[in-house]
Amino acid sequence: MKEMTARQHTQTKIKLFAISPLRRMVDALTWGLAAVSFAILAFVLLHILVYVFIKGLPALNLKIFTEDTQGIAGGLRNALLGSLVLSGFALAIAVPIGVSAGVYLSEHGEGWIGKISRFLSDVLVGVPSVVLGYFGYITLVIGFGWKFSLLAGSITLAILMLPYIARTSEMALRAVPQSFREAAYGLGCSEWRLIWQVLLPAARIPILTGVLMALAIALGETAPLLYTAGWSNYLWTGHFTHEGVGYLTYVIWSFIGEPYESAHQLAYAAAFLITGMVLMINISARLLLLTWRR
Amino acid sequence: MQNLMDRLRFHWGLGAVAALLPLSLIVIVVFLFISAWPAIKFNGLGFLIHNSWNLGNMYADPITVHGTEVLPRANYGVLFLIVGTLLTALIALVLAVPMGVYAAIFLAEGLGGWTRAVGSFLVELLAAVPSVVYGLWGYLVLIPFLGKEVFPWLEHTFGSFIPVFRGPVGSGYGLLTASIVLGFMVVPLITASLRDAIVATPAALREAGASLGASRMEVVRRIIMPGQKQLLIGVSILALGRALGETMAVLMVSGNALNSLPGNIYDPVSTMASFIASQLDSAMQDPTGMAVNALAEIALLLMVISILVNAAARGLLWLSGNRT
Repeated sequence: MKEMTARQHTQTKIKLFAISPLRRMVDALTWGLAAVSFAILAFVLLHILVYVFIKGLPALNLKIFTEDTQGIAGGLRNALLGSLVLSGFALAIAVPIGVSAGVYLSEHGEGWIGKISRFLSDVLVGVPSVVLGYFGYITLVIGFGWKFSLLAGSITLAILMLPYIARTSEMALRAVPQSFREAAYGLGCSEWRLIWQVLLPAARIPILTGVLMALAIALGETAPLLYTAGWSNYLWTGHFTHEGVGYLTYVIWSFIGEPYESAHQLAYAAAFLITGMVLMINISARLLLLTWRR
Repeated sequence: MQNLMDRLRFHWGLGAVAALLPLSLIVIVVFLFISAWPAIKFNGLGFLIHNSWNLGNMYADPITVHGTEVLPRANYGVLFLIVGTLLTALIALVLAVPMGVYAAIFLAEGLGGWTRAVGSFLVELLAAVPSVVYGLWGYLVLIPFLGKEVFPWLEHTFGSFIPVFRGPVGSGYGLLTASIVLGFMVVPLITASLRDAIVATPAALREAGASLGASRMEVVRRIIMPGQKQLLIGVSILALGRALGETMAVLMVSGNALNSLPGNIYDPVSTMASFIASQLDSAMQDPTGMAVNALAEIALLLMVISILVNAAARGLLWLSGNRT
């Protein structure tokens, strides 16, 4: 009998501390909203990827890779190689400058020069890509008279990539322990040698990851290329100026608006190729960083 | 001595290459300004307050107005672009901020270990999908769905008491469609930074909350989120900046209105970025070059707005101790 009352006593006590139904409801609502929000985002991403895959895969055939675009039919060889060449030259320009900027900011970036550069670099990330394209048009295409060309497109893309590469390089180099620098200087290394033989090798994987991400961004861009690279139905002939270059994203944008099925098929194939490449680069960059951390 | 000279030379060389980065920003502003200057003189303030983008009569001889050569009846007023840009970006933010915040809460609190890594990767991939692929998807999937299903329903349900929801609903190209696409494009920025911040909350804070009898969600809502206010405002402004400058996706789904302001959320709009991309072809036909200068003025205006928005965001993030 006594025991019973004791239990009843604890039960009333527990009831005092129990969560009220209102609090439970608000809790459940928050969890629900959180799950639904995530589900919507994941669904949209998967829908885009699956849609591009379903539309793009049947549009792929050997002709896509072996023939050039003829008007709104044919293959995509010129555009595929054009995309790669444009981004490749952009990388060749942006990587040395961007990594140098990263080294400078990480090793000498404490003063006001470093602070201002970092701020301007952050602001450069926020400049709309179409503005970069317009800048490329008035300076490189018109000002230098290069016309629509590989160099105009690549330089514009390089400006776009620069702040990303500089940022990731700076972060990667900052993460190298200070003791590495002390040890190198203690052995009498010059700064050049320290950077080239100690810091850059130690930080190579995160730097490479940043470069890969920048490459993915450049491959997927359209707006900065519309009025710098132009378009061409032919394979790139090796001229840096005075000759337009085709690229995949242009095909997606311009061919989907045409009223012909052959044009649509090319647009789907281009979307499949460019999305596939961007996805692959993103996944491999992720995996690279993961395995390196482990 | 030789050694010192080498070191200095190396230091200055490195600095000079590194300086190309901030220099390119300054060069961009300067050249855009130079290119836009004839248009700025010709247009005056009317550029900002009129809805009158008109290249003039291409077949007539150029005339001279105030010492500048232009085509007859040429007129450049881009109020509709300013309104379109701000509206699409702001509505995108209204959609993206709550979704981004709640998704971040789900990733940080509901998932852990490899499920969180995969979930985060999925959301972050939304930012990696190329703009033009969003445009393609919006054009082929979203527009038919919104135009036939969602917009008529919205009109039917809210149109009677909320004026901006009133029809006509159009075909699906327009303000809300562009905002929805933009919302998905910028949401990963918000989710990623907020998720990291929630995960990084000191365990002591959670324990203190739990010891007061708060449930897990109550700790998030009452203790963790209030501390992230500055970060949230900062990344939201950053997301706004990105939405303002998006080009291809907006170009393909916004309906590209000319010289008209949207009357409801379904009407076609144009943004500064998409207008630059769509109009340069015809602007090049202007023999006086004034149309290209006027587009440069739009680019300059867009750039100034983006820089202001980004600087504000960076400032806030810097104050809150984050450099995203």
